[in-house]
Amino acid sequence: MSNFFLIVIIILIFLVIFQISKASEYVSLLKGEEKSRNQNNRVNGFLMVAFLILGLIGVWYCNKLYYPNNLFSYGAASTEGKEIDKMMWWTIWITGIVFFITQILLFWFSFKYQYKEKRKALYFAHDNRLEFLWTSIPAIVLTVLVVFGLKAWFKFTGDAPKNAQVIEITGHQFGWEIRYPGKDKILGRKDYKMTDPANGNPLGVDWKDAASHDDIHVPTTMHVVVNKPVKLVINSQDVIHDVGLPAFRMKMDAVPGTPTTLWFTPIYTTKQMQEKTGNPDFVYEIACDQMCGKGHFTMRGVIVVETQREFNDWMIKQRPEYLKSKAGMPAAPADSTKTMAIK
Amino acid sequence: MNHEEVLHEQPLVVHDLGHEAHDHHHKQSFITHYIFSQDHKMISHQFLVTGIIWAVIGGLFSVLFRLQLGYPDQAFPFLEDILGRWAKGGRLDQEFYYALVTMHGTILVFFVLTAGLSGTFSNFLIPLQVGARDMASPFLNMLSYWFFFSASVVMFSSLFVQTGPASGGWTIYPPLSALRDAMDGSKTGMDLWLISIALFIVSTLLGGLNYIVTILNMRTKGMFMTRLPLTIWSFFFTAVLGVLTFPVLLSAVVLLLFDRHLGTSFYLSDIFIQGKILPNEGGSPILFQHLFWFLGHPEVYIIALPAMGITSEVISTNSRKPIFGYMAMVGSFFAIATLSCLVWAHHMFVTGMNPFLGSVFVLFTLLIAVPSAIKVFNWLTTLWKGNIIFTPAMLFAIGFVSLFISGGLTGIWLGNSALDMHLHDTYFVIAHFHLVMGVASMFGMFAGIYHWFPKMFGRFMNNTLAYLHFWITMIGAYLIFWPMHYEGLAGMPRRYYDFSNWESFKQFEGLNQFISIVAIIVFFTQFLFIFNFFYSIFKGRKVTEANKNPWHSTTLEWTTPAHPGHGNWIGEIPEVHRWAYDYSKDGRDFIPQTEPIGENESPH
Repeated sequence: MSNFFLIVIIILIFLVIFQISKASEYVSLLKGEEKSRNQNNRVNGFLMVAFLILGLIGVWYCNKLYYPNNLFSYGAASTEGKEIDKMMWWTIWITGIVFFITQILLFWFSFKYQYKEKRKALYFAHDNRLEFLWTSIPAIVLTVLVVFGLKAWFKFTGDAPKNAQVIEITGHQFGWEIRYPGKDKILGRKDYKMTDPANGNPLGVDWKDAASHDDIHVPTTMHVVVNKPVKLVINSQDVIHDVGLPAFRMKMDAVPGTPTTLWFTPIYTTKQMQEKTGNPDFVYEIACDQMCGKGHFTMRGVIVVETQREFNDWMIKQRPEYLKSKAGMPAAPADSTKTMAIK
Repeated sequence: MNHEEVLHEQPLVVHDLGHEAHDHHHKQSFITHYIFSQDHKMISHQFLVTGIIWAVIGGLFSVLFRLQLGYPDQAFPFLEDILGRWAKGGRLDQEFYYALVTMHGTILVFFVLTAGLSGTFSNFLIPLQVGARDMASPFLNMLSYWFFFSASVVMFSSLFVQTGPASGGWTIYPPLSALRDAMDGSKTGMDLWLISIALFIVSTLLGGLNYIVTILNMRTKGMFMTRLPLTIWSFFFTAVLGVLTFPVLLSAVVLLLFDRHLGTSFYLSDIFIQGKILPNEGGSPILFQHLFWFLGHPEVYIIALPAMGITSEVISTNSRKPIFGYMAMVGSFFAIATLSCLVWAHHMFVTGMNPFLGSVFVLFTLLIAVPSAIKVFNWLTTLWKGNIIFTPAMLFAIGFVSLFISGGLTGIWLGNSALDMHLHDTYFVIAHFHLVMGVASMFGMFAGIYHWFPKMFGRFMNNTLAYLHFWITMIGAYLIFWPMHYEGLAGMPRRYYDFSNWESFKQFEGLNQFISIVAIIVFFTQFLFIFNFFYSIFKGRKVTEANKNPWHSTTLEWTTPAHPGHGNWIGEIPEVHRWAYDYSKDGRDFIPQTEPIGENESPH
């Protein structure tokens, strides 16, 4: 019933607006078009400058509301992210200045040069010096941004530092699987045709590769060491996903068939970040940033950044997946891999 | 620069085409006049009305998914009444949420802002402003609309399919869109989407070729290329872009259909889905993205250029000043059109592409900011020392410039690949493209409709409703999209159904609600426009011969009779003697293009 009334009220409001508008059209005809046009012009000219002022206040107020409590305002939690933040600030300043100048000019000109009977518009069709000025200045400023941006880009997309810890992360609908290379520091070979979750091989690891025997597989939660570069090898089993790391300012797609990489250096442990943000529930989250199906929004992973000692304590408790799969499958694992391979 | 000097060629003029028929009109049946019409003006009306219907549907979809985003844990029983099993218990089904998002994007990008904007105004203005009786091929022009119409029918019917319409996002990236097992929307709905877009591409090509040929070959006597109004230049570059890039999308669509039905592996490799190991090997989903964005990025400019052209025309007319830097405007159209074909991979910085390749795309992407900046400064200078009349069209044109600045500047962030690593696919992107091409181009379209309505329908629209429409929409646009930048800075991903389980993003719940409320208000405000539009077609104040040029404009379309028939001009097509922007010259308010240059006239 209340829905019905709501609809009736909305329709009534529309009718009232419409009637007033129609009446105002008749009034303007009676008053004379010239006169009512000038009146409209004054109102809209005033609204232009009012919009400008209220808009500027709104920009300030919005910033006051949403700048604190924002992952951005806490600062990046990785060395590389700090660099991105710095560039972001440069860009904010440059685009911000242009924003304010052009918007103020736009609305101010609209207000100031609104129609007056006495005024004659200036016949001013071109001026090559002005055109040159506003071609060259943006070009120079943008060149500077490109140079700094590309320097950072080549660094981030270049090779990871040698001491980086390699971790594999695999996306599927709708979750993340994490694999550590184990003591030999080599990730065992994979072949997607060997994928067989029922027999303890959800990632399709080729057990014939001895390097796989000490690999450790955990779902969802990744543990990394603070101040030590991490290199992610990113895979997908089904559709395109994306490893989004908002706190570290990093992102890379997970593409089926084409492994990608991403590296960064976390600089605050999860605990430090909880203090820094004043949020005891803070965790580093892995957000899927590429539409991947109806559970896209639930595709959440967690990164725990901890000290080397905490990491070692955690790692020592993990059991290689190879052993787990053998334990779960007592009947001659070697044979089953063979049949899988034939398939 | 003197425009007369630049020109060396004589335009082809077809003066006698269909001459005799235009004093007394053929008797036309309802069907040939209103349905299978070959009159460019009627076809433009058809594009416009179809576009408006799509805009309402697309906008309504955004209201529905904004309800979910604003009130993630509230049930709306009325949704179940309307949507049935898509909203069991009054809460949107997840799958259907994604279908809504996908359809909102598809409809607005292709059906409203490409067909509705470019289809309407290219069709309407090209013959009228270059001085032609009709398009080069009125028949192909008619086919163009009917292909668009059939694309619309197919897309609309996909909404009623059991498994729902396509729901993998408007960019339909495979493998999500290629595998029926990946989601329900990738079943029949996806096939219908692909067929519909293929039909749509045919429509765009038929239209585009026609526009190009008409502009190049059918200008009236004296209408040199350098005397064309900027609207025509913008439609010209739009059409060229469309003809060059839409076929590439067609190839992407065809290959995707092959992957879906014929067992090919263009986009598929190494896939294990729903417990099944697929045989496809060796394909690359990234190939699709290259093909898609080779259209997809120019598409953004296919949407934006006509709005820029309309804005230039409206701002100049209502400032009573010539557009500042005409040649620079044409040059920047050319630069934007060229560069827009060289920047597609900036949508793909985080796909693992070669970093060197990425850097080339960064360079070109940021370069596009230069011609865009030229345009903005030229518009500002056009306003400067003008004598501005705030017609509704002028308000929307000023609004366009404001939104274009706001959205354009954030393009400098996103085009910078290092920053894109953080901002890619977040709400920052949503704010960016909605401001710069979504709302801005809608504003361009509104400016066009309010400005040319008297010519299109021979009646005036109601000003008071138009002013209300403008101010609420303008304020609403900023209230909706400005705060989204903050969500994006926090890394909040787009296309999420619910954020409440995310520690990093759940603090924006209040903001999401606020945005939803404003979006709903703005959506309903559009009915002021729609009502005004349809009411005025039938009941608006009539345009008479005495005020048939209501905005005191210089261009050719206003020299036609108040209610032009098929063929546009009675008698001969007028000859053109000057460019389109002689406003406030030599103490005269405006000098129509048809007036010969006076003896003592000052050069411009």
